[in-house]
Parts: sequence; structure tokens; C-alpha cells
Amino acid sequence: MEYVIEMNNIRKEFPGIVANDNITLQVKKGEIHALLGENGAGKSTLMNVLFGLYQPEKGEIKVNGQPVKITDPNVANRLGIGMVHQHFMLVHNFTVTENIILGSEPTKGGKINIKDAAKKVEELSKRYGLSVDPYAKIEDISVGMQQRVEILKTLYRGAEILIFDEPTAVLTPQEIKELIQIMGKLVAEGKSIILITHKLKEIMEVCDRCTVIRKGKGIGTVEVSETDPDQLAALMVGREVHFKVDKKEAQPTDVVLEVKDLVVIDSRNIPVVEGLNLEVKAGEILGIAGVDGNGQTELIEGITGLRKIKSGSVKINGKETAHLSSRKITETGVGHIPEDRHKHGLVLDYTIGENMVLQTYYQKPYSNSGVLSYNKIYEKAKSLIEEYDVRTPSEFTPARALSGGNQQKGIIAREVDRSPSLLIASQPTRGLDVGAIEFIHSKLVEERDKGRAVLLVSFELDEVMNLSDRIAVIYEGKIVAIVDPKETSEQELGLLMAGGKKESVGVS
Amino acid sequence: MQKLLKNQRLFNIVVPLFSILLGILVGAIIMLISGYDPVSGYEALFNGMFGSPKSIGEMIRAASPLILAGLAVGFAFKTGLFNIGVEGQLLVGWLAAVYVGYTLDLPAIIHVPVSILAAAIAGGIWGMIPGFLKARFKVHEVIVTIMLNYIALYSTADIIKRYLYAGNEKSFPIKESASLASTFLADMTEGSRLHWGIVVAILVAIIMWFILEKTTTGYELKAVGYNQHASMYAGMNVQKNIVLSMTISGAFAGIAGSMDALGTFQNMTVMSAFTGTGFDGIAVALLGSNNPFGIILAALLFGGLTTAAPQMNFNANVPQELVDVIIALIIFFVAASYLIRYILTRFSKEGK
Repeated sequence: MEYVIEMNNIRKEFPGIVANDNITLQVKKGEIHALLGENGAGKSTLMNVLFGLYQPEKGEIKVNGQPVKITDPNVANRLGIGMVHQHFMLVHNFTVTENIILGSEPTKGGKINIKDAAKKVEELSKRYGLSVDPYAKIEDISVGMQQRVEILKTLYRGAEILIFDEPTAVLTPQEIKELIQIMGKLVAEGKSIILITHKLKEIMEVCDRCTVIRKGKGIGTVEVSETDPDQLAALMVGREVHFKVDKKEAQPTDVVLEVKDLVVIDSRNIPVVEGLNLEVKAGEILGIAGVDGNGQTELIEGITGLRKIKSGSVKINGKETAHLSSRKITETGVGHIPEDRHKHGLVLDYTIGENMVLQTYYQKPYSNSGVLSYNKIYEKAKSLIEEYDVRTPSEFTPARALSGGNQQKGIIAREVDRSPSLLIASQPTRGLDVGAIEFIHSKLVEERDKGRAVLLVSFELDEVMNLSDRIAVIYEGKIVAIVDPKETSEQELGLLMAGGKKESVGVS
Repeated sequence: MQKLLKNQRLFNIVVPLFSILLGILVGAIIMLISGYDPVSGYEALFNGMFGSPKSIGEMIRAASPLILAGLAVGFAFKTGLFNIGVEGQLLVGWLAAVYVGYTLDLPAIIHVPVSILAAAIAGGIWGMIPGFLKARFKVHEVIVTIMLNYIALYSTADIIKRYLYAGNEKSFPIKESASLASTFLADMTEGSRLHWGIVVAILVAIIMWFILEKTTTGYELKAVGYNQHASMYAGMNVQKNIVLSMTISGAFAGIAGSMDALGTFQNMTVMSAFTGTGFDGIAVALLGSNNPFGIILAALLFGGLTTAAPQMNFNANVPQELVDVIIALIIFFVAASYLIRYILTRFSKEGK
């Protein structure tokens, strides 16, 4: 009876594929149990089986030692299983309490008894250190707070086992820290947690045990204290993975990108980039470190011509591009891996082949006096797909049907293939698994070694420290420090990112 | 069946066909309930569509403006826009064609194309207005196009009364040299009003297919329709493409108006209500899955049903309104394609 949850030999098939093939997951009471796997490995399917959204073809589920049949989420709730979804299911113009009681409203003479509910919410919030205001409207609180509302929702319904589906994907580093504390409190109070993730660092930090699945198959369960990230990664991917990017000393030459006194305003007319100066040389990777919302997005949009520049100058290879259209800037030799691949990077309803010529379709040989040459387009797409190992059934497959990692590989293939002298990579590995991250990192270094200037923006400190030859710290729309990744530490960067001063501030 | 469901393209054909079948079936049930004989009703309807060369000719004639109206809606839709203003664009196109057909004196080989072109330009301008308002000021095109329909309806009536009035609520007729009417086609179909408009409609369908599928312009238009942010990122001019799409769509609708101007009626009536062709175009585009060739087939069906409705009334005593109900049912089932998909999937599962 030592397990609260036992999923034994679960098998779940979908037409054409086996999503879960004989997977066993056993969770002890009071532990944080990681469920690790690459994107598409079958983690979500397994959890949806546990939550009653899917019925398994084979296998048994036991809760507290009793075999159960979980036919729908209501049954799961009754058994004390709660799920904190990655995409929150909240009504934005409702208050916290209203959201929490939604679906099981306590009534008193036909009226909703909001006061009692709010009191209960507040108690729960205090007990687990969530500090959520029960009367706040969802639209007024931060993403981190919204997640806590989701947690409260499960606790309010009496959940004993909480499933967290990639909870840190949407959080800032500070919020992640707080979430980890909350998880600690939850298990201290006797709850059990299943954490779905592909971030190894988090597992090492918070989990007790870890079950690994790969391509739908259960690989096994390990004690986190007896393993290390390398072993976990190898289990997950099925081969050795290199975290440290192998790279030689950078050989920077001429200045490719020169930004001077740049001011960019956002849609609310507030300057978010305020007199920013920056230089990127050919043959180096300049990483921009900073907390989300300090002007990174607007800086990149300003450089690439997607957002109007208020004042200042942007020079690419010595040529002023500050007020050119984005097409002109692209033609000057800029490749841009955008921060949001679905919003900016791809036309999801186009085939992956059509997406490969998104900036070049009007040029020869892809078109001739306004008439597209699909033969040439798909020929090109095919060769790029092979070269960059984009896993897709064919070049005629809609981009939507590809996994996130392969979509990103497609974008990188397209941007790098144009041989731009400046390559901008904004959050190039967000949401991707280690295999894809490794590939993308090595590509960026390869481009650097070919003599391109690479500008990297990332909220992942590890990524910035690993890849960059120089790190520029952005804070409130300005570069506040340039540091050498070999001589800095996470602590120092964290301080600078929060607006702290450095002794010898070396702004270039 | 399983394979068939996997193929999206085939599915796009199966769903409308199945919807038509369901529409006819439910129509039969309604006829039974209301005390009419569905067999003789449908027999009359079928004869009204295919029974004689004349009925076939009338079906094709009625389909011509419907094809163009459908193309106009479909074109806008493929580029992410809802052109509800086809009716208004059709009316201004109609008037422009009548005006040019009546006032100019040209040899037929030039007069016909010039009249059609005038209709296309008038409709294009009428479509450009909502396109511009959307691109520049983010005014939703549905609202603007609906309002422009009314403006077109009453302005055209006023202009006819003031400048082109021949009496009896009609404008002056167009000159012989601008006419699409053909004694050859009329004789071939034993006296229908079939005119050369169908050729124009098919040509425009080919043009639409070519623009959307083969040109860089179409690549941009569709990209903007699917994802404006990515289009901007790719360096496309989103505003220009919105205006262009509405203009082309409006031009198609304008040409639809020239079908009535130069073909069927040879003049324009002072209208107090909409023709309905523009709105039927929405249904035609939906039934034809916004595909140019699908739209041709859908328009033929719609044209046939409308021209055969009186026959159904005459021969089987079924009220004409019931044909409208059947048309509505077909559209209903197309719109509910999710339901059809579900039913078909269930069938294929059980069949296994």
C-alpha cells in the first residue's frame, strides 16, 4: 500500500500509433515524482489516461491500492486527483474565488455563497503559502498567480495527488523559485505530486524519483539522488547528449550590427527601449540576458523593422537600416529566428515547403515574373529538410502537423540558408526538448564559426552562458553591462538583470 | 472509407455531396409531413433541371452570375476576409455595364469586353472601400460591406431614375453590340435565355485559381489571410494585400452584375429590394468549399434548383417555397460539416 498511484502496464493506441506502450508509473505518498520524456513521447497521453480523459486499451490503475476505473475527470476528482494544466482554464473576467468554485458552486437558498467559498480559498492559500487574493480578478493578476489559482482549484476540490503539466514553461525565474517552494509545502502537508517536464534541472532540484518514457515506451524509474542530468538525458533521448556546447574561442572581426541610442516605443506609447547601445561583430555570439519584459522583444522588432523606431540608429554592415521596411532589412542580410514561432515564424496552414520560401518567394528561381515555380520551391524545401533533419512525412505536409522542435528546425533551416551576415535568434529553444536544443545550439555555433554575427536573446540563463562569447545584460530598455561568460556567475548575472550595479560597468 | 477520410481533398468533395443528399432526404420528409408526394415532387424538380435542353440552358444561365458571386465570396474568404458586400458590388457592376453598354458606340468585339471591364472596375472600387477602411482604420469589413449594400441599392436606383430612365421602372436597354445574348446558344437549347456569360464565369474561375495557386500575389494574399504576423515578419505589406483582396473580390462581384446587364435582362430595373444573388454567393462558396471549380458545380446546382422550382409547383403542386427550404437544408448540412464528418466517421468505423 505504499503507492498512492499505480499505473501498471498502460497501453493506449490512437489510429496509426501506439502513444503508450506498456508504461508503468508508481507514485509514493508524499513524493514529487517526475515524468520525463521528449515532446511527443507520450507523457500527456499517460496523464490524460490518469485524469480520465482517455481510456487505456490495456493495463490497470490503482489509487491507494484499490483498482479503479477512471471514466472521466469527475471520477478523477473524486479520487483526489487534480491537474494543473499547462494552458490555464480560467475565466478572465471572473474573480479568483468565482473561478475556483466554477462547476461546484456552494449555494445557500438558491444563491451562490461566495463569502464562505472565499474564506475557504483564503485558508487554503495561507496554509500552502500561495498568497492569492480571493477577490482579485484573473485578468489583473500575473501568470504566476494564475497558476496558483489553478493549484488552489485542485486543492479546493480536495486533491491529494496533483499533476503539474510543464508548470515552469510560462514562468519567470523568480516565479519558478516560488513555485518550487510551494511544491515543497504541498508534499510537506502530505500531498503527492506528479511533475511532467523535460527540464532536467528542475528534476534534479525538486524531485524524489523520476520515471522516464521514450517514444511511448516506459524506460524505467530512477532515484533522483542516485542520478545526474547526463544520465537522465541519455535515458530520455536514447543516446549521449552534450550539454556543454563544444566551441572554440571566438574570432570576432568587423562590426556587423551597430545600434546607437535606440529608442523604441511599445503599443501603449511607452518607450521600452530607451537609448540602447549595442555592437555585434562577425564571428561572435552576443547573448542578451534579461528578465522578460525589459525591452528584448521590442529591440529585436526594432532592428528587424517590424516595429517603428522612435529615434537612434541601427547600422548593418555600416549601412543605416533604422527606417527601412522589414523586407529591405532582410535583403540587407538579416536572418531572424523569431521568439514566437507560431505567431511570426510560420504560416501554419502552408506546407512546410511553402514556409521555406517565406521571404524569398518573389525572387528567382522560386518565381518568375510573378508566377510561382512550385517545382523549384519544393526541390529547395526537400534539400533543406534533409540537410537540417526536419522530421516530416514530406515537404507537402502542413507546418501545423509538425512537432515544435521540427517546426523550429524548419525555421532555422530557412533563416540560416539565406547566409545572412547577421543572425538574430530570439528564444530559439523555448519549449524544445534536449535533442532539438543540442542541434540548434550546434547550428548557432557553426554559423558563428562561418563568420556570421549572431545575436541571441534568451530568458534561459544557462543557454546564454553556454552559447555566448559576450553577454549583454538588458535592464529597463538599456544594456547595463557587458560581461565575459567565462568570468561571470549566475549570481552576478541575476543581480545585474534585476538592476543591480556592477563595479566596472563596461558598456561598449 | 477509412482511406477516404484520411484524404482531406476527397473529404472536401464528399462532405458537400453528402450534405446535398441529406438536404434532399430531409426535404422529402418535410414534403411527406405536409402532405405532398416527394417522388413526384423530386421528379418534377429533376425534370425542371435536366428535362429538356431549354431547362438545362436556363439552369446554366441562372448559374452564371451565381458562379461569379460565389467566386467573389470564395476569393475573399481564401484570403481571410468576409465579403458580405457581394450584393452591393454586383449592383454597381450591373449599373456600370448598362451605362457603358448603352452610351458607348463600339464594335461588339470591343464593346462587350469594355462593358464587362466597366462592371469589374465599379465592383472593384465598391470592394476597395471596405478593404481600405479595414487596412487603414481596422473597421470590420462585414459591417462596412453590409452598409455599402444599402448604399449601392438606393444609389443605383436613383441614378437610373435620373439619368437612364426609360420608363416602367426600367433603364434604357444596352446596345446590341454590348450584348452577351446569343441566338446560337438560344437555338441550341431550344429557346432558353442562355448567353455567353457562362464562358466569362468559367474564365474568371480559372483566373481565380491561377491567382491564388500559381502567383506570388496569391501566395501573399493567402499568407496574409492565414497569419498576418508571419506575413509582416516575411516582409509582406499586409495593408496592401487586404485592399487588393477586397478589390479583386469586388471586381468578380461586379462582373456577376454584368451577367444580368449584358446577358439575361439587357437593362437594369429600379430595384426596391436586393437581388439575393450576392447572398446566394455566400452559400455557393460554402457548398463549393471556396474552390473555384467546386463553386461552378455548386452554382449550377443552385441555379438549377431556382429555375426548376416553378416546375415543381406546376407539376407536383409542391409550393415553390419548399425548394427554398431544401436549399436552406443543404446549406445547413454543409455548415454542419462537423456533424457530417462525425456521421461518416461512425459509418466507416462500423463498416470495418
